[in-house]
Amino acid sequence: MADHFDLVVLGGGPGGYVAAIRAAQLGGKIAVVEREHLGGICLNWGCIPTKALLRSAEVLHLAQHAKDFGFTVEGIKVDLAKMVERSRKVSAQLNAGVKHLMKKHKIAVFEGHGRLDGPGKVAVAKDGKPLADLVAKNVILATGARARALPGLEPDGKLIWTYKEAMVPTVMPKSLLVVGSGAIGIEFASFYRDLGASVTVVEVMDRVLPVEDEEISALARKSFEKQGMKIHTSATVKALRKSSDNVAATVELGGGKTIEIVADRVIMAVGIVGNVENIGLETVKGVKVEKTHVVTNEWLETGVPGLYAIGDLVGPPWLAHKAMHEGVIAVERIAGIKGLHPMNAANIPGCTYCRPQVASVGLSEAKAKASGRQVKVGKFPFVGNGKAIALGETEGMIKTVFDAKTGELLGAHMIGAEVTELIQGYVVAKSLETTEADLMHTVFPHPTLSEMMHESVLDAYAKALHF
Amino acid sequence: MPITITMPALSPTMTEGKLAKWLKQAGDKVAPGDVIAEIETDKATMEVEAVDEGVLDQILVQAGTEHVAVNSPIAVLRGEGEAPGAKPAPAAVPAPATTVSPQASRSAPAAPPAAVAAPSHGGDRVFASPLARRMAAQAGIDLAGLRGSGPQGRIVKHDVEAAIAGGKAAPKAAPAAAATLPGAPAPTAPIVPTAGFPPFELVPATTMRKTIARRLTEAKQTIPHFYLSIDCEIDKLLSLRKELNASDEKLKISVNDMIVKASAIALMRVPAANAAWTEEGMRLYKSADISVAVATDGGLITPIVRGAEGKGLAKIAAETKDLAARARAGKLKLDEFQGGTFSISNLGMYGIRAFSAVINPPQGAILAVGAGEQRPVVKAGALAIATVVTLTLSSDHRVVDGAVGAEFLKALKALIEDPMTMLL
Repeated sequence: MADHFDLVVLGGGPGGYVAAIRAAQLGGKIAVVEREHLGGICLNWGCIPTKALLRSAEVLHLAQHAKDFGFTVEGIKVDLAKMVERSRKVSAQLNAGVKHLMKKHKIAVFEGHGRLDGPGKVAVAKDGKPLADLVAKNVILATGARARALPGLEPDGKLIWTYKEAMVPTVMPKSLLVVGSGAIGIEFASFYRDLGASVTVVEVMDRVLPVEDEEISALARKSFEKQGMKIHTSATVKALRKSSDNVAATVELGGGKTIEIVADRVIMAVGIVGNVENIGLETVKGVKVEKTHVVTNEWLETGVPGLYAIGDLVGPPWLAHKAMHEGVIAVERIAGIKGLHPMNAANIPGCTYCRPQVASVGLSEAKAKASGRQVKVGKFPFVGNGKAIALGETEGMIKTVFDAKTGELLGAHMIGAEVTELIQGYVVAKSLETTEADLMHTVFPHPTLSEMMHESVLDAYAKALHF
Repeated sequence: MPITITMPALSPTMTEGKLAKWLKQAGDKVAPGDVIAEIETDKATMEVEAVDEGVLDQILVQAGTEHVAVNSPIAVLRGEGEAPGAKPAPAAVPAPATTVSPQASRSAPAAPPAAVAAPSHGGDRVFASPLARRMAAQAGIDLAGLRGSGPQGRIVKHDVEAAIAGGKAAPKAAPAAAATLPGAPAPTAPIVPTAGFPPFELVPATTMRKTIARRLTEAKQTIPHFYLSIDCEIDKLLSLRKELNASDEKLKISVNDMIVKASAIALMRVPAANAAWTEEGMRLYKSADISVAVATDGGLITPIVRGAEGKGLAKIAAETKDLAARARAGKLKLDEFQGGTFSISNLGMYGIRAFSAVINPPQGAILAVGAGEQRPVVKAGALAIATVVTLTLSSDHRVVDGAVGAEFLKALKALIEDPMTMLL
């Protein structure tokens, strides 16, 4: 006897569980199928636990620079196990929180591996044994993504890590090679560098954080190198040779020169691939998969009636907040809510929690120019901001890119302390389609880092006051 | 002590107006009663009179400025002998209007001139993002004509882009025309090429035209109109008119004047037709204030012959002539065209045989008068010729039922066909 639901969500990550909550709010019988942990990678093995680790690194960094603030801290000792323990506790607390939310909204949670079993059917199995057969009017696929493995460079979980092993180290590697300088690679590079490891980053593109604005990438690189990181861009890892307790990497540099880098551990962070396998896509006709991602329209519809897909599974940007928003759109689409709007990709912010932090929304200066627009660019450095100086955080910059003709805020790019908390100001501005005039007329509180957001806008129109 | 002259509220519902013209310039001496400016409201052009004596020191709102909020400063008057440019007294001169509406008192009393000049779409607010507003302005697109696809129907960038792409507007047409010949006068109304339509001239709607559009749309959409027609023989009426006009050289009574009078009397005889629907209840008016439709260059306006049932034909003729002349000059006073219980529209002079008119809200009925013409009529079984006019009554069925309308027309026909009874 199969259980009948109005909606079954396959995957309990941020996209999936948020979709389930929104669906429960709209009424109906809802189920979530999760094979591992509610909250998904983000909450258990991604965004959240890394933020906990990075906070430890930040506190360590401050303690090491206590003198700058007028006091001495002696006998600083890093307890890696405790740091990891704290990080795991944070995840556990939030995981329990999601369980509570499911209960509160009367959402049935099936702990097992779910897969489509024909249109409108989901079969759940646990440890290879059938657990439940679900019949659903609508199914949302939210199975997420996993780390991409390069042929010959496959992680082994011991010497060659993915994010998952990097999150729960038992011993502190003295040296670390990070392959890939996207958000995940750079955050781990930053964490391990702050903890004292000798860190080398190899990036195939010509700059670190390649999705960010060029100028931000350059500033980030300068800052990382100042901290002692070694960075090779336009470089490719050709081979990894494992010894008993270290790895020798053959790295081809930009000019064709090959070098060998020996490190205790390697973190592979070369992108992610969608979890399109073993979810029964072959049991329904019409689902299109491109480059490991399920193809949908702007309403997250797969083309199969009643079958939707959201989050990392449908492609970049691989961000929890994008998945959550898509979850809500898909559910409201199912509910037939009027006046629904598809997501505007230009308004999805991105945050990287390295030190210094990086945050951005919209077009980079180069992309804005490449789109054929005349642009106005404003920049304001942290060193010109009173709060930044008081905090002892004078490194960084806020950059804004406007359409010279219409005053549309095309993009905003930040690097420096707490910028991940600042970016939403520009995201709101972009969502409401404000122009430079509205931003100029906005009163920003003093003394705050946010004043730099104002100054950057003013600078784009040659009106900056404090620099 | 300098005195601030503020934008007057010329009617209880007025919240803003256009400062059409300054009749006094800075430095001119003014005395109480002098007309210093003309203000265009959605209904008419009104004169602003000075209430104090002095010298016009500063003009704060330039002629031609639209959407000037009621009570916002428009000029500064200084006493003779006072130094120019002094700060005005904080207390504003009371606006000449006798009643101050709640709307008027709500509007910002001391809004700076810059603020009142800011573009706002009078009447219904248009919700649009700042970016959409700017892009629309740059492309010369009126936001009021766009459908918003944003939250709660807000007009967003996408909508303006779609409008530009869809050829709803002609971006660049105006600037290109202006830039062809430096020094050549810019065309006031650009010839606009639009996909699918031949070239046209886009004439900006005046405040009055917008009001007509709004009120007539409201009338046709909200009032359940029905129509009754009746033919009246007017040979007797015509001969009476001839006699009356011959009795005095100065007298020039028109057929319309006589229909105004006859309608007023008929309304008194069938008071249920002299009525208006309101949400609170049905108003049964005690006097027949007849609005007479007058075509002007700017559009239709309906000055009122008040208490027409009690006025003689000579007085009605003189009043109507004066009102019509001033209506065409845009010089009617507010109380001369606001109100009225019943309207008459006459297109007989164009040879129109019969037509149905749109009710002038909040009135309950309007009479459409066609041309008086000789028609064959059957009298006592024999064909005869009579001068006949067709009258068509449009009534608001919420307040005037068919039988009431028919009774009114019957009474009216009796008066018109036996006009001597009007004089009783």
